[in-house]
Amino acid sequence: MPKTKVEDVNQNFYDFKNADNFEFKMDKGLSEEIVREISSKKNEPDWVIEIRLKALEIYQKLELPVWGPDLSELNMDEISTYVKPKTEMKEKWEDVPEEIKDTFDKLGIPKAEHEYLAGVGAQYDSEVVYHSIKEELLKQGVIYTDIDSAIRDYPEIFREYFTKCVPLSEHKFIALHYAVFSGGSFVYVPKGVKLEMPLQSYFRLNSPESGQFEHTLIIVDEGASLQFIEGCSAPKYNKVNLHAGCVELFVKEGGYLRYSTIENWSKNMLNLNTKKAIVEKDAQVDWVSGSFGSKISMLYPMSVLKGENAKTEYTGISFAGKGQNLDTGFKVAHLAPNTSSVINSRSISKNGGIATYRSLVSILPNATGSKCSVTCDGLMLDDISRSDTIPVNNVETCDVEFSHEAKVGKISDEAIFYLMTRGLSEEDAKAMIVRGFANPISKEFPIEYAVEMNRLINLELEGSIG
Amino acid sequence: MEKLLKVEGVSAKVNDKEILKGLNLEIGKGETHIIMGPNGAGKSTLANVILNNPTYQKTSGKIFFDGKDITDEKVDEIAKSGIFMSFQTPEEIAGVSVFNFLRTAKGKIDGKNVNYFDFKEELEKNAKALKMKADMINRDLNVGFSGGEKKKDEILQMLTLKPKLAILDETDSGLDVDAIRTVSKGIQMFKNDENAVLIITHSTKILQALKVDFVHILVDGKIVYTGDGSLAKEIEENGYKRFEVGV
Repeated sequence: MPKTKVEDVNQNFYDFKNADNFEFKMDKGLSEEIVREISSKKNEPDWVIEIRLKALEIYQKLELPVWGPDLSELNMDEISTYVKPKTEMKEKWEDVPEEIKDTFDKLGIPKAEHEYLAGVGAQYDSEVVYHSIKEELLKQGVIYTDIDSAIRDYPEIFREYFTKCVPLSEHKFIALHYAVFSGGSFVYVPKGVKLEMPLQSYFRLNSPESGQFEHTLIIVDEGASLQFIEGCSAPKYNKVNLHAGCVELFVKEGGYLRYSTIENWSKNMLNLNTKKAIVEKDAQVDWVSGSFGSKISMLYPMSVLKGENAKTEYTGISFAGKGQNLDTGFKVAHLAPNTSSVINSRSISKNGGIATYRSLVSILPNATGSKCSVTCDGLMLDDISRSDTIPVNNVETCDVEFSHEAKVGKISDEAIFYLMTRGLSEEDAKAMIVRGFANPISKEFPIEYAVEMNRLINLELEGSIG
Repeated sequence: MEKLLKVEGVSAKVNDKEILKGLNLEIGKGETHIIMGPNGAGKSTLANVILNNPTYQKTSGKIFFDGKDITDEKVDEIAKSGIFMSFQTPEEIAGVSVFNFLRTAKGKIDGKNVNYFDFKEELEKNAKALKMKADMINRDLNVGFSGGEKKKDEILQMLTLKPKLAILDETDSGLDVDAIRTVSKGIQMFKNDENAVLIITHSTKILQALKVDFVHILVDGKIVYTGDGSLAKEIEENGYKRFEVGV
């Protein structure tokens, strides 16, 4: 029997473009003038422009990483680092220009906001075009706004935390980020305040040959609790787009933060994103991450377990199709006693896609009584795809419980046959096996997003909109 | 009357080794057939070849089902035309519950949407008849099931999908007496005048409660002898020696 080829998605649900209408689009390239111009467009205080310029200097000195996917096709001379949409930030959807509002309608954002979100931020190209938060949260002192507003309205707290989790010099693309950052969200949850409904920020890049460099800074104060959801997508263009965002998370003593991401960038996107959390005593950060899009991704969220009893869980899935190289994973540093981490990663590759799981676990000498458990599974749907696991574990104390399990395999012909004898077509059989493989991850997402994720998996597998 | 299944002179190989060598078999509606034979004779191969498992290559012969040539039909189309096969060692499908899997399969086989509540009721009733634990249908398909649970799950699938022909490949192997009795009961529940069963087995225990119409002896890729139900008893006592002579 000839093998049915599982085709790639051509007409993707997310792949609709608006005309490249902008109020301002920065000249391509990267220079001190450009960095200064971004800053002056935003009327930033001096301390911010100083950070930008210092970051630019670092960027110019640092080399491309010598490991991971080949990034040589990235040419900053071909990228516009700042595209301002034709609107200011609004608090009502009806005030957002029709074309942009329509985009977020198609992505289901206002509907989700209405049904189960406590607040929404929507970014279009380089600026946030809509931001909202429920009235009762404001009364409790919760802050949820865009970064420009945070710099202006909450300068002290913003400055205290900004760049303190992810420093400028961490790697080349974080330096780039700090030089040209724009948009993103700032969240502060005061002591003891527990949000029952999630906040969501959505990032949409519409403009061709441009980059998105949003910054997300979240502070969950002592005993507070927050669920934050991040979504991103873009229409596909023939030339490379760049995403180099940064997420800085601070979770104070006894606090809880769940950070979920569904990423479906278009397949011309280089996604070089950096995310890190500092987790204090008795606090917990859970990461849930679904990576479906982009041409190349390098994404390794990190938890720094700084205080005693700090906990973290990472649950991640990536799906690499034709022409995609998704290099994802997780980093955790156990710095204090009795800290714990649970890592559960699954990757799927097909049609020549490359899915790599890369991780770094560090358990320092004084992190006695700590626990770490790593599980990473890879599923290849054919003979031409790749799935690799590259774990690095540094365990510097004996008093730990550490386990690591890795499994990589090809989808089983016997399992496909079994399901086909029950009336499922080859395509349906594969989809069922893949959905089952992804199930432990998808069930970690809020239910609406689990549905979304299954839909993405079906899209990837069926090559049509189901 | 037109036969339900006709296997005409089928030869088949796997990994370039010829296993079936011109096998003939006919099964009519309402009949229960047994295939017995020594290890390696090609019993399981026959089941796989009828379902057109791509691992096996047919080199000659034809297979007809319900008057239609299914020799080169796709596996799922054969299933939809009404043939079911239970596996010796059913595959484990992680992350997919028995319930969701069977509901999907039922929809495909029947070609229409399955009413959730009617389906659930029937599935639970059948699971109970097979003495399966209540939570079984919510567990991942065959994952962590004992040998006996897997076999019962196969019979549950048969009862749910209601094929015209059920091929049961070594469904009784490795089961204790109670489990064999339960599986046998499941087959009786399934069987009626309109459908047919083909049981591939080593032992006769599963046959005791069933009315068997034909027993076929399969040796070296061919059916060398066909008798009535009493033949099974003889095989159990004397083995295949007399059929292997002269082969």
